[in-house]
Formats: sequence, C-alpha cells, structure tokens
Amino acid sequence: MLMTGRERLAGEIQALAEKYGKQHSALIPIVQEIKQKYRQVDSFAMQIIADQLGIHPVEVYSVVSFYAFLGSQAQGKYIIRLCRTISCDMQGKDRVMRQLENDLGIKFGETTKDGKFSLEWANCMGMCDQGPALLVNEKLHTRVTPEKVHEILEECRRSFGVHATEQKEVHLV
Amino acid sequence: MNTLPTFNSMTPEAGLKKALTLSRPDIIEEVRSSGLKGRGGAGFPTGMKWNFAAAAKGEEKFIICNADEGEPGTFKDRLILQEHADLVFEGMTIAGKAVGAKEGILFLRGEYTYLKPQLEAVLAKRREQKLLGKGILGSDLEFDIRIFMGAGAYICGEETALIEALEGFRGEPRNRPPFPVNTGFLGRPSVVNNVETLASAACILQKGSAWWTSKGTEKSTGIKIFSISGDCQRPGVYEFPMGITIAQLLKEVGGEGAKAVQVGGASGQCIPASQFSRAIAFEDIPTGGSIIVFGQHRDMLDVLHNFMDFFVDESCGQCTPCRRGNVKLLEGIELLKEGKCSMAYLKELCSLGETMQIASKCGLGQSSPSAFLSVVQNFREEIMGRTSKTLSHV
Repeated sequence: MLMTGRERLAGEIQALAEKYGKQHSALIPIVQEIKQKYRQVDSFAMQIIADQLGIHPVEVYSVVSFYAFLGSQAQGKYIIRLCRTISCDMQGKDRVMRQLENDLGIKFGETTKDGKFSLEWANCMGMCDQGPALLVNEKLHTRVTPEKVHEILEECRRSFGVHATEQKEVHLV
Repeated sequence: MNTLPTFNSMTPEAGLKKALTLSRPDIIEEVRSSGLKGRGGAGFPTGMKWNFAAAAKGEEKFIICNADEGEPGTFKDRLILQEHADLVFEGMTIAGKAVGAKEGILFLRGEYTYLKPQLEAVLAKRREQKLLGKGILGSDLEFDIRIFMGAGAYICGEETALIEALEGFRGEPRNRPPFPVNTGFLGRPSVVNNVETLASAACILQKGSAWWTSKGTEKSTGIKIFSISGDCQRPGVYEFPMGITIAQLLKEVGGEGAKAVQVGGASGQCIPASQFSRAIAFEDIPTGGSIIVFGQHRDMLDVLHNFMDFFVDESCGQCTPCRRGNVKLLEGIELLKEGKCSMAYLKELCSLGETMQIASKCGLGQSSPSAFLSVVQNFREEIMGRTSKTLSHV
C-alpha cells in the first residue's frame, strides 16, 4: 500500500513520543529529532506532536518559535552558524560573513533555493580563543578565514554526490 | 593554551569513595565549610544549596548540571567536559548522595552537540564500572545521569529558565521564590549547579575543605577556572586562585598594555587600565570566569554595540524592563556612534540601566546594563561628541 509522506512523519512522531514518554518534558527532544531529520517543523508536524503529548498545538509552536535551533521554517541540509559575539567579532567574523554570503549568493537568515545551505548567526558558541568559529550542522570549524570558506562549503557539497545535485554549481562573476 | 592543573592532579573517584563513607550531612558540611560558591557567575554557596535541597520534602529529587555555558567569552565548561567529564559526573553523584536524588540531568547547550557522543560514552563506561546505576561501588547508593540537549537560548543558563526548557516550555525564568531547591524540575526539589562547581565539589570531597580554603581569599575560597580571550598573546583556559589581580592575570596571558578588560562576560563589568590592580573575587569583581581583553586600538562603543545586540537578541521578552530596556540602550549606543547623543539623554539612559538592574525579573535583565554603565562611567571621554574623524587613529 502507498504510504504518504504525512503518514510516515506521523508514524515517526508517534515512535518518538513512545521513546521519550508522552509527557510535556518530551517536547523539546521530539522537536529536535524532527527538525534534525526534516530541517523543518511544519504545522502538520506540530499538530501531530501536540496530539501525541495531549497538548494544544500552539504550545508546540510557542516552544518551536522560541529556541534558535528549532524554528518552523524550512532550512537547508547544511545549516551554517557563524558566531557573531565579541571575541569572534574582534577576530574578523565580518570578513567570513561576507565570503559566506558571496559564495552562497544568500544573506544571513536565508536558505539557498536548492535547499542545500542556510546561513544563520549564532551567539557565543564557546570558541572565543580560537575564533572566528562556525558550526556546520554539528561540526565545528575554528580559526576560519575568508579563504577557508570555500573549502568548508566544498566539503559539504561533496556529500551530495554527482547525481544528487539537481543544479549546476553557480559561479558568481 | 589550556591548563587545568588541579583537576589533572585528582585521583579518579577518590571523592566519590570518600563520600560513600560519609553520612549525608557530613558531605554537605564538608562542601559548606570549604566555602565553595557557584562557579557559573551568581556565586551562591554550594553547601547551602545542597542543604536546602536535602532538607526539602520530596520522594523524588534531581541533580541538574548546568552546561548551558552561553555567557560571551566563556568556554571553560567546554574544556572541563572534554577533559574531565568523569570529575563532573563524580561531583553529580556525590551531590546525588548528599541530597538524596536518584536522577541527574546534564543540560548541555545545543552549540555543544558535538560533545554529546563522547559524554554518552563516558556515562556508559561509568555504568559498566558501577559508578552509576544501582548499588554504586557496592554501596546502596542509586544514581544515574542522562543528557538533555538545549536548543540555543542563552537565557536557559538561568536556572529556572533551564528547568522550564527541561519541562518542555519556552525558556522563560520563573519567579523566585519558590527556589528550585524546593520546587524545581517537575515541581520536585532540584539542585542546579554549574559544571565547574560540581567538578570542584568532587575535588573538595577528595582533598578536604581545608585544602580548598588554603587557596584563594577568605571570602572567595579555592581556585577558579578562567576563559580568557581577546587581545592577548596566549588566550585559552587557565586556572588561578581566587583573588588574582587583573594585572597579574594579564601578565600570564600576554595581555599587558590592554586598554580595558571585560570581567564576567557581556553581563559583567568593563574595567579600565587604571583599575587593573583590582582583584577577581566575589568581594571585588565577581565573575563566572569570562575575561575578554581589549587592546588600545579597540573602540569601546563597538564592543558595547556587540554586547547590546547580544542582549536584545537573547532577552526572553517576558518582562518589560529587559525586553524594552535593552533595545533603548542599543539605540543609545547607535546615537553615540553617530555623535548625536546629548549628555542629558545619556544620563537618562544610565538611569534606565539602573532601573533595569532593579526591576528586571531575572539575572539577564539585571546584569545586561552593567557593561553599558561601566563604559559610560570609565570611557566617557572616548564616547562623547563623536565625529566621523574621531577614531581615525583606530
């Protein structure tokens, strides 16, 4: 029988609710896992999570919208978070920002049209002695220079493989 | 440059073994008489906190380790977790016995997700070695620890906001009292301690409170782990006794000749060179360990701008003084940068900052104006009457 994406998602949320227990304190871990896998927590997912925990979907939304690492909007496969706080700032985060925006053709807070990359700011990520620092999903990069940005992006792109890429590389001129 | 000599010199599990031979009140007494105060920044006496939680009525109690290290310029808890996770978990287990809690939760900030596999492995090994679980080291003590991942919110470093997140709510601080030691996670008595506090408590159990009080000052006992960054030659994590002066500290890290030092992160104070003989201790300049060095070429308004951006972004928005106050201070800094701020308005902003210190609900809004007020006080010459040429020497 054909299984729709929604049915599959609902099944996954149900399994997570059983794993973490159907109580309010399970909310953040469930949302984190859905966000990590699907890169978004849409209103359908929020409704199913609410049903599973026996709470109103608005309660789920209030939590999803509060935390920087959650959020209901769709984000890219690779979420790049550049630290903007003082020590990374003094070590040249602005130039890293500029190069990331140049190489991806988007601004901070945006996602590339192919859904591969999102650029986000992070507040102090605890690498102040080795800045500028950024996270690519969970992977940490320190002492990032504008020159290293390309290398970091290429490492991500290699994971897509030749057949997985729908669009050709965009070379800005 | 990273040095943690005291933690490195500990015998594994000696503190826990000692605690297993002691009664619950005796463990608390050892910590209380050491004078250990919370290492996250607030500086509440640890022994007293454990005592309140131990005395609180409740079948179920919790030991929560606050690893939501988010204060700008702080990274020592990351290093402690990377190099001395066992010591932290040992401290949690000791606290578990002292308080009568069976469950520990490590609240790890989302930014440190990459540490989770390693920490899970340490926990698994401890279970294997009977250092966690039922019948710890052959005693009747039962205690286990799980990891909860934060989701990117500075405010969750505040203990009641952290508990809100654990319960699946927005990280909005609660009114206190009741305090978590009585009404904490799920309404149960809960101890919330910083990573370094718990590691220090394990050391104190091993070496005794007299050893701890032999270091530091009378009112600020023991050693402290510092996160040092900014304009210095050797940034990193350092261990110093409490009471070290800023000048001594700068010499150690190669930051002599600094223009100012931010002690206590964005929510701390900006100390000018003329006050570098002051001591870092609860009785003089308190800190959770964040030290940011500013060289002569730094524009203090740029620094302040960065801090206020941070607070505007991280305020949970629950109470008005913090939600609006931080925005007004940020706008004030923008006016100062444009050279368009009158002295009358600057005084108004300072008075707003003082109101925020009194009227905000939690530590975030109470401390976010500190940097603003100390820069205005100490660098007035630099920040007033700006023209586009003022900082041409920078």
